[in-house]
Amino acid sequence: MPLRLERLENVSPLRHAMAPVVAALVTLVVGAVMFVVLGHDPVRAFTIYFIEPLGDAYTLQELVVKASPLLLIGIGLSFCYRANRWNIGAEGQYVAGAVLGSWLALATHGTEAGPWVLPAMLVFGALGGALWGLIPAFLRVRFGASEILTSLMLVYVAQLGLDYLVRGPWRDPAGFNFPQSVTFDDVALMPLLMADGRLHGGIVIALLAVVAATFVLGRTLVGFSIELAGSAPRAAAFAGFDEKRVTYGVFAVSGALAGLAGIIEVAGPIGQLQPTISPGYGFTAIIAAMLGRLHPVGILVASLVLALTYIGGEAAQITMRLPFDVTRVFQGTLLIAILAADILVRYRIRRVEGTTHA
Amino acid sequence: MLDAAIIGAVLASVVAAATTLLLASLGELVAERAGTLNLGVEGMMIVGAAVGYVTAYGSGSLLLGTLAAVLAGMALSLVFAVLAIWLATNQVASGLATTILGLGLAGLIGASFVGTQLAGAPQLHIAGLTELPILGKALFGQDAFVYVSFLLLAAVAYTLTRTRIGLVLRAVGENHAAAHALGHPVRGIRTLAVMFGGGCAGLAGAHLSLAYTPFWAADMTAGRGWIALALVVFSAWRPLWLLGGAYLFGAVSILQLHVQGFGLGIPSQFLSALPYLATIIALVVISALKHGRGAPASLGVPFVPDR
Repeated sequence: MPLRLERLENVSPLRHAMAPVVAALVTLVVGAVMFVVLGHDPVRAFTIYFIEPLGDAYTLQELVVKASPLLLIGIGLSFCYRANRWNIGAEGQYVAGAVLGSWLALATHGTEAGPWVLPAMLVFGALGGALWGLIPAFLRVRFGASEILTSLMLVYVAQLGLDYLVRGPWRDPAGFNFPQSVTFDDVALMPLLMADGRLHGGIVIALLAVVAATFVLGRTLVGFSIELAGSAPRAAAFAGFDEKRVTYGVFAVSGALAGLAGIIEVAGPIGQLQPTISPGYGFTAIIAAMLGRLHPVGILVASLVLALTYIGGEAAQITMRLPFDVTRVFQGTLLIAILAADILVRYRIRRVEGTTHA
Repeated sequence: MLDAAIIGAVLASVVAAATTLLLASLGELVAERAGTLNLGVEGMMIVGAAVGYVTAYGSGSLLLGTLAAVLAGMALSLVFAVLAIWLATNQVASGLATTILGLGLAGLIGASFVGTQLAGAPQLHIAGLTELPILGKALFGQDAFVYVSFLLLAAVAYTLTRTRIGLVLRAVGENHAAAHALGHPVRGIRTLAVMFGGGCAGLAGAHLSLAYTPFWAADMTAGRGWIALALVVFSAWRPLWLLGGAYLFGAVSILQLHVQGFGLGIPSQFLSALPYLATIIALVVISALKHGRGAPASLGVPFVPDR
């Protein structure tokens, strides 16, 4: 073989930073092939998917509305993944947070309750998500059960629980039998940031999370112990960091942020509980975390990119009658590309001269 | 009310439900015994279901559909293998990526077939035996997938424990450095094992869309790929235990449907959650009992020869 992959000893920061860019380009090439196979002009499809949504104020607001939950959940997941704990059930923690937070909105519905309702709902939402996230943490610490599988199974359980509530005890009695709760009172809704559009306070909370997470992960002993637990668990044990506390801690944080995202979504764009309250934010946020290199600022950028695939997907559904699955293919390809690109930037292709053995 | 005919029908449907799980988990067991954890089972299974259905619908041949499903599962598993085995990326993330991509691809492939239906795989009928009360239909009235799943189980159990190929495969999964030093192509063997797993997941998907419920519906695997992954842990990586696990979970998923039918006043969502809760409980019990023993020692650890 005349070509060989050779590992680089020192990878420059620039080369490292190129990986997500290369991954995005590869995804676009794969996407173009997909559009051609589906019988669409790729240029037109890309325009509808990625250019037009950036063109007007309404869709730009939507972009931020969709990026906020991805950002919140993705930051939480970065705590887990840095510690090498594989929480893949954020979707379930999101639902659990939405349910517990909504309970307060429904309990105070039609009463004279004051403006304390929304902040209390956010606290309940974070609490609900954290509790749901602590279940797989407990099962791992106490019994050694794989957190990957238990956290994922709990997604189905949470979704079925929500389904039961909105079709059963929490259904709006005046809602013509539709499976949904009453519309929340004004004190239980997220404030809007602009007069028209759907931009709400969720992005402010998400940006605060970026600042807080950047500080905790980069500047504190807690952040260091998380990092060490992931990259060198034996060293962490010798240094006296408690492995169990790290497990509980990262699951509580990621569950809380996912739960917060859930209650913000329900109290924001949706305004009531329904059987489906997420287009898969909990799973897409996994991609956001990986694409953003587990760094809060990186995840912010990645969330905007992934939000664009959601909005482009909706536009393509309407104008090109493309199924929404195109978006899932984009997201899956992007994750595969970033995983491969992360490795490949550490190698270079070398021509091997005059040798006969590979 | 619970006469022999009803019990017979319930047992037959338990066998059918268990077959999907058995097929998928057998493949994953082989991949894991060789040291690779592939979380892409759900994605490979649903791609198999979609490709199998579309091919069978277009060609009119269930056999062709099944073959296409197996190949599709293998093709997707190859994407995972290139990432996780040859580029040594994180296996958990690579498996998740495979599942996300598979769900999307399957949705695209099946989009224009929603609402159509197939005749479904024919069922065996042996005069005299199939009519036997209670067990007749469960044992002698099934489709070919069920009998193939038993043949496959026997083949995997025999190959893993009684042949040289099985010994090498297990060596690669237990200690890849030693296997490499002995001259075994670690990454090649792992790739083949992962592709076998992909083929089995595709076959399980074909069983779902060609025999169990002969139509295509988006997300029709409904987490069965993940339950298959849990069953491998539950079996402590032993094929014969897999049989027990798959039938136990098949029974749970069928019985909850029948309890829903009786209308005992239990909300249907609680019963639908039972297979997932049972999976969690099974994982906890087996983990508490074994505490990590039984897992191949190199499971999930990428092999990089030049490091």
